[in-house]
Amino acid sequence: MSDDQVQVIDARLLSKHYGRYTAVDAVDVKIRRGEFWGLLGPNGAGKTTFLRMITGAIAPSSGSLRVLEYPVPAQARPMRRRIGVVPQLDNLDPDFSVIENLRTYAGYFGLSGPDLDTHIEGLLEFAALESKRDARISALSGGMQRRLSLVRALVNQPDLLILDEPTTGLDPQARQLMWQRLRELKSKGITVVLTTHYMEEAQRLCDRITIMDHGRLLDSASPSELIKRHIEPHVVEVYGDDAEAWHLGVGAGLADRSEQVGETWLYYALDEEPLVDALKASHGISYLHRPANLEDVFVKLTGRELREA
Amino acid sequence: MAVTWVQLLDSLRGGRWRAVWWRNFRVWQRLAGPAILGNFGEPLLYLLALGYGLGSFVGDMQGMRYIVFLASGIVVSSAMTTASFEGMYSAYTRMEVQRTWESILTTPLSVADVVFGEAVWGATKSVFSGVAILLVATVLGAVGDARAILVLPLVLLTGLCFASMSLVVTAVSRSYDFFLYYTTLVITPMLLIGGVFFPLDRMPQAIQIAAQGLPLTHAVALIRPLVIGTIPHHVALHLLVLGLYTLVPLMLAVRLVNRRMGG
Ligand SMILES: Nc1ncnc2c1ncn2[C@@H]1O[C@H](COP(=O)(O)OP(=O)(O)OP(=O)(O)O)[C@@H](O)[C@H]1O
Ligand SMILES: [Mg+2]
Repeated sequence: MSDDQVQVIDARLLSKHYGRYTAVDAVDVKIRRGEFWGLLGPNGAGKTTFLRMITGAIAPSSGSLRVLEYPVPAQARPMRRRIGVVPQLDNLDPDFSVIENLRTYAGYFGLSGPDLDTHIEGLLEFAALESKRDARISALSGGMQRRLSLVRALVNQPDLLILDEPTTGLDPQARQLMWQRLRELKSKGITVVLTTHYMEEAQRLCDRITIMDHGRLLDSASPSELIKRHIEPHVVEVYGDDAEAWHLGVGAGLADRSEQVGETWLYYALDEEPLVDALKASHGISYLHRPANLEDVFVKLTGRELREA
Repeated sequence: MAVTWVQLLDSLRGGRWRAVWWRNFRVWQRLAGPAILGNFGEPLLYLLALGYGLGSFVGDMQGMRYIVFLASGIVVSSAMTTASFEGMYSAYTRMEVQRTWESILTTPLSVADVVFGEAVWGATKSVFSGVAILLVATVLGAVGDARAILVLPLVLLTGLCFASMSLVVTAVSRSYDFFLYYTTLVITPMLLIGGVFFPLDRMPQAIQIAAQGLPLTHAVALIRPLVIGTIPHHVALHLLVLGLYTLVPLMLAVRLVNRRMGG
C-alpha cells in the first residue's frame, strides 16, 4: 500500500444514538493522508457528533473507527497525541494569557522546554497574535480567539487537524486570513477535516466535500464534480415585481428546471442563451446570470426548509 | 467498574494528571496574594474569637485548653471545607462554565487524569490551609511539639478524600445551587458531629455511632493527637476508613464524569 493511500480516518457503519434519536446513521468515511475534506450539512445534521466520535470524545453506539491507524475509542488517548482539534465553540482558558494558553495546552501533551518556546513563537506569528501574547482571552476579538484556537491545535504538530466551523462568526477579513492559514497548513501535507456553513469556504479549500443530513451522508466528491453531478451548469435568478408574470408567460418554457424561492425564480439550464436573450428583450426585469455553485447542490440535496436544530 | 479501575491505575502510573494539577496551581499562583491572606486570616480570627472568647467560658476540654482543642480540630475541618469547595464550585466552573475539561480531553489525557489531577489539587489546597493554620496555632501556643509536622501528609489524605467526594457531587450537578444539598446535608453535619468543636463522648449514643461512620471523625482522630503532641491510636483503622472514602468516590467520579462528558 503506497504512502498516500494510508487511511487517516476509516469509519465503517458508524452510528450514534441518543435514546431513540439517531444523530449519526451508519456513516462510512475514508480520508486519505494529505486530503482536505469538508463535511457540510444543515444545523443538526450530525457533523459535530461525527467529529467528536473521531476524537474519542464520545463513544459510537455501533460501527468501527480507525484514526491514524489507532482503533477508536479504545486507543483514543494515544491517538490524540497526533491530532489537533478546533472545537465548534472556543474553550480557551480564560484564566490565562494567550501565551500561557499555548504553554498550558502543550503541557497536556507533556511538551515543554526551548523547542516548545521556539515553536510557540512561530505559532504566535502564524496567528498574527505576537502583539497579544500577554493579553487575556476576554481581551481578544472573535477572530483572534478563533486563530488562537487554531494554533493551540497545532502545538503538538499534528498529522490530522479537525476543525469544527473554524470561521463561524468571523468578519470577511478575519475569514480570509483563516483561509490563507489553512491553505498553508494544507501545503505542508497536514490532513484536514473541516465543517462549515460557508459554501464559498468549502469550495475554495476542500479537495473533497461530503454533504450530510439527518445523520446520513448524501454524496461525496470534489466541489466541481459535485456541482457537475447535481446542477445544470447555468443558473439564472429572476426577481422583482414582474418576475412571476414573466415566469408564467416566458421563463417556464426556456429552462431545463425552475423553482420559486421567496420572491425569486431560479432557472437551471444546460444552455443559458434562450433565457438570457429573452430577459434582455423584456425590459425592466431584474435578473442575475451565474454559474452553478455548491450552494445550489447543498440546497438541492438537503431541501429548502428551515432546520430547528 | 473494572474499566474505571484500570483507567485510574493507568492515570496514576502515567503521571499525566500532573498537567491538570499544574494548570490549577498556575491559576492559583496568579491570585496567591488574597488566597494566602485568607489562609492565614480566617483561622487566626476563628482561633482568637472562639479559642479565647468561647474558651474563657468553656475552660479546659479533655484536659487541654480550649484553644488547643480547637486549633487541632480546625486543621482538619479546614482541610475538609477547602477541598470540598474546590471540588465543587471551582471544579464545576472548569467543567461546565469554562469548559476547561473539554479542552483537556482533546489532548492525550483521560477523564481519570482530569479527575485525579483535580482531586490532588483540592488536597494540595487543603495542605496550604493546614500549613497556615499550624503556623498561626504555633504562634498562639496551641501546638504541642515538632511532631505536628507529621499531620501534613494526613491533611493531604483528608483533602484527597473530601475532594474526591465532592467531585462525585460535581459530576452529577446541573448547577451551583445543587451544591447546597451536599453542603447542608453532608459537610455541615460532619463539621458539627465530627469532633472538631467539641468532643463526641458526651453526645447521645446514636450520634457517636453515626460519627464513627464518617471520614471526618477519623481524620480528627489521627490529626488532633499529633497537633497537641501525643500519639494517635488505631492508626491503621483510621487510615483504612479515609482510604476507602477516597478510593470509592474517586472511581465513582471517574465513572460519572466519563458518562457526563459523553464517553
Ligand atoms: N448529548 C446529546 N444528547 C441528545 N441529543 C444530542 C446530543 N448531542 C447532539 N444531539 C443531537 O444530535 C443532532 C446532531 O447534532 P450535531 O451537533 O452533531 O449537529 P451539527 O451538524 O454539528 O449541527 P450544527 O451545524 O448546528 O453545529 C442534533 O439534533 C442534536 O440535538
Ligand atoms: Mg456542529
